[in-house]
Amino acid sequence: MNNGIPLQYFLILASIMFFVGIYGFLTRRNLIGILMSVELILNSVNINFLAFNRYLYPDRLEGLFFSLFIIAVAAAEAAVAIAIIINIYRRFSTVNVEHVNEMRF
Amino acid sequence: MTTDFGYALLIPLIPLLMFLLLGLAGNQLKARLSGLLGTIGLGVVFVLSYYTAYKYFFATEKIAGAFSKITAFDMVWLRFSDSLHINMGILLDPISVMMLVVISTVSFMVHIYSLGYMKGEVGFERFYAFLSLFSFSMLGLVLANNIFQMYIFWELVGVSSFLLIGFYYQRPTAVLASKKAFIVTRFADLGFLIGILLLSFNTGTFDFSILCDPQGAAIATGSGAAFLGLSVMTWSLIFVFMGGAGKSAMFPLHIWLPDAMEGPTPVSALIHAATMVVAGVYLVARLFPVYIISAPDALVVVAYIGAFSSIFAAVIACTQTDIKRVLAYSTMSQIGLMMVGLGVSGYGGHEGLGYMASMFHLFTHAMFKALLFLGAGAIIHAVHSNHMTEMGGLRKYLPITHITFLIACLTIAGIPPFSAFFSKDEILVAAWHHDKLIFAVEYIVAGLTAFYMFRLYFNIFWGKETHYHHTPHEAPAVMTIPLIFLAFLSVFSGFIPFSKLVTTDGIPFEGHIDWSLALPSVFIGLVGIIIAMVMYKKETSLPDKVAATFKHGYKWAFNKFYMDEVYMFVTKKIIFAYISTPVAWFDRHIVDGSMNGISRLTNAFSFRIREFQSGQLQKYGFVFISGVLLLTFLMVYLWN
Amino acid sequence: MNILSLLVLIPLLTIAGILFLKDTQKTRLVSAIGMGIQLIVAAVLVFMYLSERKAGNTDEMLFVRSYEWFKSLNIYYTVGVDGISVAMIALTSIVVIAGIFASWQVENLTREFFISLILLSSGVFGFFISLDLFTMFLFYEVAVIPMYLLIGIWGSGPKEYSAMKLTLMLMGGSALLLVGILGIYFNSAPGGGELSFNILEISKIQIPIEAQRFFFPLTFVGFGVLGALFPFHTWSPDGHASAPTAVSMLHAGVLMKLGGYGAFRVAMFLMPEAADEMAWIFIILTSVSVVYGAFGAIVQKDLKYINAYSSVSHCGLVLFAILMMNKTAMTGAILQMISHGLMTALFFALIGMIYGRTHTRLIHEMGGLMKVIPFLGVVYVIAGLASLGLPGLSGFVAEMTIFFGAFEHTDPFHRIATLVAVSSIVITAVYILRVVGTLLLGPIKNDHFNHLEDATWFERISTITLVVAVAAIGVAPYWLSTMIGDSMLPIVNKLLTANPF
Repeated sequence: MNNGIPLQYFLILASIMFFVGIYGFLTRRNLIGILMSVELILNSVNINFLAFNRYLYPDRLEGLFFSLFIIAVAAAEAAVAIAIIINIYRRFSTVNVEHVNEMRF
Repeated sequence: MTTDFGYALLIPLIPLLMFLLLGLAGNQLKARLSGLLGTIGLGVVFVLSYYTAYKYFFATEKIAGAFSKITAFDMVWLRFSDSLHINMGILLDPISVMMLVVISTVSFMVHIYSLGYMKGEVGFERFYAFLSLFSFSMLGLVLANNIFQMYIFWELVGVSSFLLIGFYYQRPTAVLASKKAFIVTRFADLGFLIGILLLSFNTGTFDFSILCDPQGAAIATGSGAAFLGLSVMTWSLIFVFMGGAGKSAMFPLHIWLPDAMEGPTPVSALIHAATMVVAGVYLVARLFPVYIISAPDALVVVAYIGAFSSIFAAVIACTQTDIKRVLAYSTMSQIGLMMVGLGVSGYGGHEGLGYMASMFHLFTHAMFKALLFLGAGAIIHAVHSNHMTEMGGLRKYLPITHITFLIACLTIAGIPPFSAFFSKDEILVAAWHHDKLIFAVEYIVAGLTAFYMFRLYFNIFWGKETHYHHTPHEAPAVMTIPLIFLAFLSVFSGFIPFSKLVTTDGIPFEGHIDWSLALPSVFIGLVGIIIAMVMYKKETSLPDKVAATFKHGYKWAFNKFYMDEVYMFVTKKIIFAYISTPVAWFDRHIVDGSMNGISRLTNAFSFRIREFQSGQLQKYGFVFISGVLLLTFLMVYLWN
Repeated sequence: MNILSLLVLIPLLTIAGILFLKDTQKTRLVSAIGMGIQLIVAAVLVFMYLSERKAGNTDEMLFVRSYEWFKSLNIYYTVGVDGISVAMIALTSIVVIAGIFASWQVENLTREFFISLILLSSGVFGFFISLDLFTMFLFYEVAVIPMYLLIGIWGSGPKEYSAMKLTLMLMGGSALLLVGILGIYFNSAPGGGELSFNILEISKIQIPIEAQRFFFPLTFVGFGVLGALFPFHTWSPDGHASAPTAVSMLHAGVLMKLGGYGAFRVAMFLMPEAADEMAWIFIILTSVSVVYGAFGAIVQKDLKYINAYSSVSHCGLVLFAILMMNKTAMTGAILQMISHGLMTALFFALIGMIYGRTHTRLIHEMGGLMKVIPFLGVVYVIAGLASLGLPGLSGFVAEMTIFFGAFEHTDPFHRIATLVAVSSIVITAVYILRVVGTLLLGPIKNDHFNHLEDATWFERISTITLVVAVAAIGVAPYWLSTMIGDSMLPIVNKLLTANPF
């Protein structure tokens, strides 16, 4: 099976996910949307880790562990982010980032 | 026989102590007591001065036939460099001893007189404190043994004059007059200071005994580099003379003197007639050897300024109606005459006649002018007015004042045997031998002097019968005794053999009266008196007619040739409007403006770049990601 | 314990004492006592210094102590004094005690006010005793920073603006200064070896001329900003106008002297060659500022502005004299610093007292005050006379020494510059008499002024202290002038190696 799919395919998929995430991050106005985009970016990185681990150092496990860490961190981050977003929603009655600009000059 | 003059230190110190005592504790003392204290202090000085004069002139051995210069006291006060240091010392020589007599006499008389004149005034003790301060500074000035000490006391007399002119400090005119006096003389002192700077660096010393030694090295080094055709020495002496001209109210620095009459009359008598205003003459006399040997050109300046001032002031005096102002211009005129005396003098023996005559005239002038002012004070005290148009027929009410005033008028008119006849005549003789033009001017001045003095005299004591609100009455004894004493001196001081006492080189010579010049000057004096008598003895319309005939001339003279206006123009317009205001504006708007401008620029710059901090999360993200991409691009493609 | 370190320690202990107090009355007392002790210590120092010199000690600096601080950068806490710093310390302690008494009536945040004031003075004392450039700079900043709070909190008028302006301009000066000091530091061992901040050690070597050319103007201007060098003087009118009385006194009286003192002790002394080359630029600037300040003062309407411009003129004279680089003129510069320090402190004290009574500082709104407040009036006249250089008061001694020193140069440039500076004495007379005439003399303009009360006891202490000092220097300048002049010798000798004119 591992001979069936070349490394490039993984990388291309990861890149697409990454840039979709970036695009979403920059264009979505909804905070939840931005959070989802960030998750996409993180997952694209996860894919990269796994793919490189498998292809370059199949006998070692660092890549796997790293992606596990990332998943854990992402979960924590999502929890914190959603808590923040709920607070923002309570305060501004919106989750549109353009309206959340208290921290300007 | 002793040359121990150590006690002379007391002469200036006693008034200083009196000043400190009255100035610090004056308001705790009773007014009467403080006046008495001041007077007694001056009385002691008076006695000491006469004793010094006696001892110096008659009981001290002369060296090689000349009066020696005795340094009675000397100490270093401030050291600039190894060679230049300011000393405080006491120098006794013929002119300083003579000045001691003049100052102590007039000052003592004024102290006594003021006990009556200033009685009941607010600030009586302040008045006496200032008088003591003035006496201290004036005595310090004449006793100075170096030019810098002289400058120090010169400034101190200036400030005591300022304080006394402004004695009635709640009167705006008095305040203005005192300010004017101080600033004008200060300006002149600037010249004096520059003169001292040049002089001391040319000669390397402040000390009079080195500076004025005719054989000394100091004078010989004088002929240094030239500037505008005159040597540095000449320039320095001209600058020094500028200081003297300021204090002595020589044209064009005279404008403060008439206004200074705002001060109490005894002050005018003491400071602005007898003592301080002759400081300029004294200064030139003190430096006379330097003038005559290394800068005779400067003496020419002295002579011409003196001559011009004397006729200028005499003309103005003929038109004024305020009696104190007439006397003020008369003072200026007489001081001009003294300057002429110095300017036309030579050095040594009979050549130094002008110098001797000038000092002689200084002496007699001090006596009769103090007398005139004190007499004027008695008149003002009696009728409460300064203007002679409001007076007339006072001879009946003020007999003592009348007689003494008449004596003073005859003296100043140069009628023999009164004292000024001798001194003035000798100045005229010296002028005749030196410069005929100056002689002619002074000759006319002699006539004018007699005229305006008797115009004053007849207007006050004769003239129209005036009705007074209160019948004028003669002043109390404390005021008349000084008058009588000074009248006595005015009459007889002419017989003092000055040529045996005060000469250029200290060696006495035989003086005599040159009748071929004396008679014409007596004649012109008499002419002046007679004209005045015709015009003013009875109330006539003659004066108005004369004034109408010389309408323009009269108007100019009456307005003092518009000198005040010129000065007002210079100060108000040029200094205030065209220098200071622009400077202040420049400072606020250009200099400070550029500082504010820098801060505003910084502010504006920050204002522009604050847009980066927009608070838009996605903008930050965009910038961040573009930055990362850019860097990646650079690293991948350009770094290899 | 070194007596010099006491000078820094006593103010700090006083501050510590104040921190434990709640009561305003006690705060004042503790401050007065602390600064009184400081005055006594300063007097003892003067005495010790003179007796040491009398005993024949010819060291350049006396009572030198050195404590290691940062070994790696060779920063030491080094103290020592010569006649000049002793004189400046005496001046400072007099002005500080007068300032304490002049601010007796500060009601708002009294504790904090006195703490800042005393902190400032400890910085000044530290500056004058330091021999190490780094500690010197440190104390300089300690002296400058409290000024911001003092003006910003207890000031009047547009105080925030003035405080900001003053602090920013002085900070700008410090920035230049820091560059200059580091420049000196890194060039202090041209032949290799250890770099040093110690003034005495640096003075023994010659800093390379290229480095001097670059760092001399930075250092000189850096100090010059504080010394009111034209055109960096404009913080002074605004700052003084807004500052509370005691702060004006300390600032004009003492703090501005830091500039002059530093300019010659650091800039001139350590970099004589560049100083000699560039003196002409600054001589032009300063002789202009002497006259310029005086003219500027003539038309001002606010008493404090008049004094601020007068300070520009007088401090210009200080820098002018320093640049003349000979013993007489530089002695005159120090005398002028002391004299100006005393009389300008006196002026500001009086202005504060008059303002406290009339609630205006505009001269044309006042008049005839001599009649109602004779004590303050007389003292004001004395201060004015000192300022216009009347013999018998300190200003005369200082100015004459400067003029004679400056005139020792025989070339036309120096002489003309001197004459320009000399002419300021007339202009000074004009503005002083204008103020005295309008403010004190004449009829009373406003009926309210008839009920003013004359000076209280603490105001009398404050002013009399200063008047006595001004008169003492004016009457008997000999010892002071000699003390300063003798200490000037090593400095002048160093300058002469650069310019044997």
